Amino acid sequence: MDWLYMMMPISGVNIFWPGLIILGLGVGIIGGFFGLGGAWMVTPGLNILGFPMAFAIGTDMAQMAGKSLISTMRHGKFGNVDYLLGIVMLVGTIVGMEIGAQMIMWLERIGQVDRVVRWMYVVLLTIIAWIVFGDVAKRRAKERAAREKNQEVDKLESGFDWGKKLQAIRVPPMIHFKHAGVYCSFWLPICVSLFTGWLAGILGIGGGLIRMPALVYLIGCPTHLAVGTDLFEVAISGLYGAASFTYKGRTELLAAVIMLVGASIGAQIGVVATKYVKGYGIRIVFGLAVIGCLFSVLLRQLASEVPSMRGLFTTLATIDVLALVSLTAIYITYRMVKGAQAELAAKKQAAGN
Amino acid sequence: MTKLRRLGASACALSLALLAPSLAMAAGGRGAPIAIVADTRFIDNGLMHWWAQMYNESHLAFALMTMVIIPVLGCVLGFVADFFMKMTGIDLGKRELAEK
Repeated sequence: MDWLYMMMPISGVNIFWPGLIILGLGVGIIGGFFGLGGAWMVTPGLNILGFPMAFAIGTDMAQMAGKSLISTMRHGKFGNVDYLLGIVMLVGTIVGMEIGAQMIMWLERIGQVDRVVRWMYVVLLTIIAWIVFGDVAKRRAKERAAREKNQEVDKLESGFDWGKKLQAIRVPPMIHFKHAGVYCSFWLPICVSLFTGWLAGILGIGGGLIRMPALVYLIGCPTHLAVGTDLFEVAISGLYGAASFTYKGRTELLAAVIMLVGASIGAQIGVVATKYVKGYGIRIVFGLAVIGCLFSVLLRQLASEVPSMRGLFTTLATIDVLALVSLTAIYITYRMVKGAQAELAAKKQAAGN
Repeated sequence: MTKLRRLGASACALSLALLAPSLAMAAGGRGAPIAIVADTRFIDNGLMHWWAQMYNESHLAFALMTMVIIPVLGCVLGFVADFFMKMTGIDLGKRELAEK
């Protein structure tokens, strides 16, 4: 079975290459569906396959750039990308990430970094999950209230309308993001991206996990547009991250290329699935994925707090991530296949009539 | 005047918060950089050997190659996957924008 293993020329580790394709496929599906880079899934995945952590992060960045580009291309054809909004957000993201990275170095010097970062991550994921499910409950309440009055809630209406309230703050210059259907102050996306970039810089993540809900709830973007626009940003910031890590000698490009083969298929599945799932469907599955991610971070925190049970908690955290990735990817693929089957059957029926 | 003073104090506090990390960084010394070298002695494949050799000789050239290869490969694979997806007969140009 030697042919299933491949020697990586830079890191010198012998890797089970089908594992790379499967990992790429999984992260392609999930990333394309939610608009995420998926570093929280790939970095531990690469580490499990045998890459040293330093190479795992750089390799992840490289594949993330390529995979997000593939997903952005497909989302772009669906009209799910507001490029202007993506570029404006990119400015705030870069500045915010730099401030966050400086703060993390400061925390490193006072020796508190791991603890602070993990607890911040836990709090942040809890807040995101609360917002997602709180919004779902609010939307249902609005539907019930409308039904009582024999009315219907607008199909683009959200439970929480923070986005609309923030759009109403008219601080010049005003800007119109036509694709996203958002007319707001130029400073709104700048401030939101500065905040999400700062958080991403502190947590050491790409930021898609924070930016996608921020686009929905704070900017007021429709979910599909938030997913596509976020991926556009992830593609550019991922390329910058890949350049930075590669220059420091921490990227195994061959592994990233193998992963991209799987990711190109996965990205198609994930993006096409968004055609058959409405905004709230994406939001609910996203919320569940955030809860799964939250458990994994909590388990890793427990592993560092209780050294005698480190092995058990680390294993449980790994199982949690693997199960989360597999179940979410299977669910998204199922929805894509079901949707495609229904569409093709309808087409056939229309042609028969 | 009081407002102006308050604004000044807020600006000072903000700059202190932003500059504190860099001040703390400046206080400490730098660690020795770690050099990672690819071991080319056991690589038989010519292309892989050349790739590892380039990594050892210049990280800049290696980074530039990566910056070119990743987007180009992403575009090529994207087009290929798109081509096969179109063959399924699904309408890949339209979607309904609805939250529920």
